[in-house]
Amino acid sequence: MRLNDLERAMLGGELGAAVKSAIEHQVMVGDFFGAADFVPVTQAHIMADTESLGEAGVAWLESIAKSEGRVRVPTITDPRGTDFAKAGVLKHPEWIVELERRAVEAFKKLGVLTTDTCINYQTIQAPARGESVAFGDTGVVIYANSVCGARSNYEGGPSAVAAGLTGRTPRYGFHLEECRRATLRVRVAFEPRTLNDWGALGGLIGRLAGNYWAVPYVEGLEGSAGSDALKHFGAAMASFGSIALYHLAGITPEAAEADGSRLKVLHRIGEADVKALQSAYAGEEEIDVVVFSAPQLSLYELRSLAALCDGRRFARPLLAVTSPQVKPDADRLGLTKKIEDAGGHVLSGMCFYQSYAREIAEANGWKRLATNSVKLVNILGGYGYVPLLASMERCVEAAEKGRLPK
Amino acid sequence: MIFTARQAIGARVRGQVLVAHDGFSARYDLDRIRGTFSRPSHKLAGQSYVGKILVLDTAKGGVATAWMLHEMASRGIVPLALVLNSVNPILVQGAAFGGVTLLAGFDGDITAQVPHGATVEIDPASRSLRVL
Repeated sequence: MRLNDLERAMLGGELGAAVKSAIEHQVMVGDFFGAADFVPVTQAHIMADTESLGEAGVAWLESIAKSEGRVRVPTITDPRGTDFAKAGVLKHPEWIVELERRAVEAFKKLGVLTTDTCINYQTIQAPARGESVAFGDTGVVIYANSVCGARSNYEGGPSAVAAGLTGRTPRYGFHLEECRRATLRVRVAFEPRTLNDWGALGGLIGRLAGNYWAVPYVEGLEGSAGSDALKHFGAAMASFGSIALYHLAGITPEAAEADGSRLKVLHRIGEADVKALQSAYAGEEEIDVVVFSAPQLSLYELRSLAALCDGRRFARPLLAVTSPQVKPDADRLGLTKKIEDAGGHVLSGMCFYQSYAREIAEANGWKRLATNSVKLVNILGGYGYVPLLASMERCVEAAEKGRLPK
Repeated sequence: MIFTARQAIGARVRGQVLVAHDGFSARYDLDRIRGTFSRPSHKLAGQSYVGKILVLDTAKGGVATAWMLHEMASRGIVPLALVLNSVNPILVQGAAFGGVTLLAGFDGDITAQVPHGATVEIDPASRSLRVL
């Protein structure tokens, strides 16, 4: 890679051991992908729940914090592995809480803002079109690239930490104009109505697209459905296909220049396809728990949920997970009270699958989990759950009756 | 048989391969406590990945693998190497951070060409996989 004077100084150790180690890692990754040079980033976002890091990852964070590494650009965090205020609700043992505390402490020493959110584009600061960033969390990256027109690759935790420390990232993948052009054209003959419809459609397109370098160009969706719909659409697409960028004809900012209309229509998706994906997660009626998470809920989603919970009494646990930025507003506006008066819990700063989902299942005896998140049902099978997909309305009914209504 | 990859990282290794035309994500697919594939729909479900060279199609899922390869390596419950038709940045970042050998990008589908259970040698310096 071609390095400038500052980058050579970083590599030579003149800016400290942490920065040297960070840029060495970045050069290794950049060389793998044939990056010509670095691109400066305005912000970084680190996925760093301790289920992923383990003791080894937390010890590594502590070691770079001890070596006086400090981030050079605003750097924030993805959800933590617990909600410290509600660890008891999840039956998280003390060792999990303590590991999380250590990670938070290390991040603070590094100068990282522990925002603990995967919806930073709704709550912290959405990147602008053309802005180069180093975001972790696939849902965050696909939203930033597709809806905002910003530029990011998937930056896994260690690489996002490195980007924060150096203020740059190797220039490859979706930082390059040529990688942002559409590679497959999908025509949709279906109008998604619910968030899980949007998620199912995104999941189908992700499955068809198949790998990180594919860029779907999607036609047939009339008008933008708004941020929450596109949040679920992108998160599911990224989850099913490892996709980082899509274009919606007439909707997303780079759709016109993505040149998708030059491609043949290879895939058509109709209502039957969407229903088939949804019915693949509809095998059981009895449920053990209802979870709204992945991504964290916006204030508007919590508003809808609170209205559905109002006046009910739940027979099964219902968990609604949001960001630490949204939670105070939900408290202040009475939304949390409506959900919790029905017997639910509003959790903050975590995300269900990033919070020791296997340990939660064993501690609470939960197996059959109902959710409206297509991303969540795609993940939880590997954690031993039987995931069940339904609309928010049906999930709330399921919490009340103990079974999903037909 | 020798196969040459377009991209490589890590140290030279020799071991037995598990082959499937499935994707790979440490979070989605693995029980990292038991060291087995746990996603019911994965073709390698129930099999131990520890010390094995995994020959798979492409990277799937989220970003957690970037941490998890390092974490699994710290406990000695880690694949010996990963060989894929295509990778996303997460697998590369994770391999670099966790010290796991990685090859990617071949002429043709590598999962259709390497026999399941074979012993192979991988040399990242020459970007090669040799079936022994």
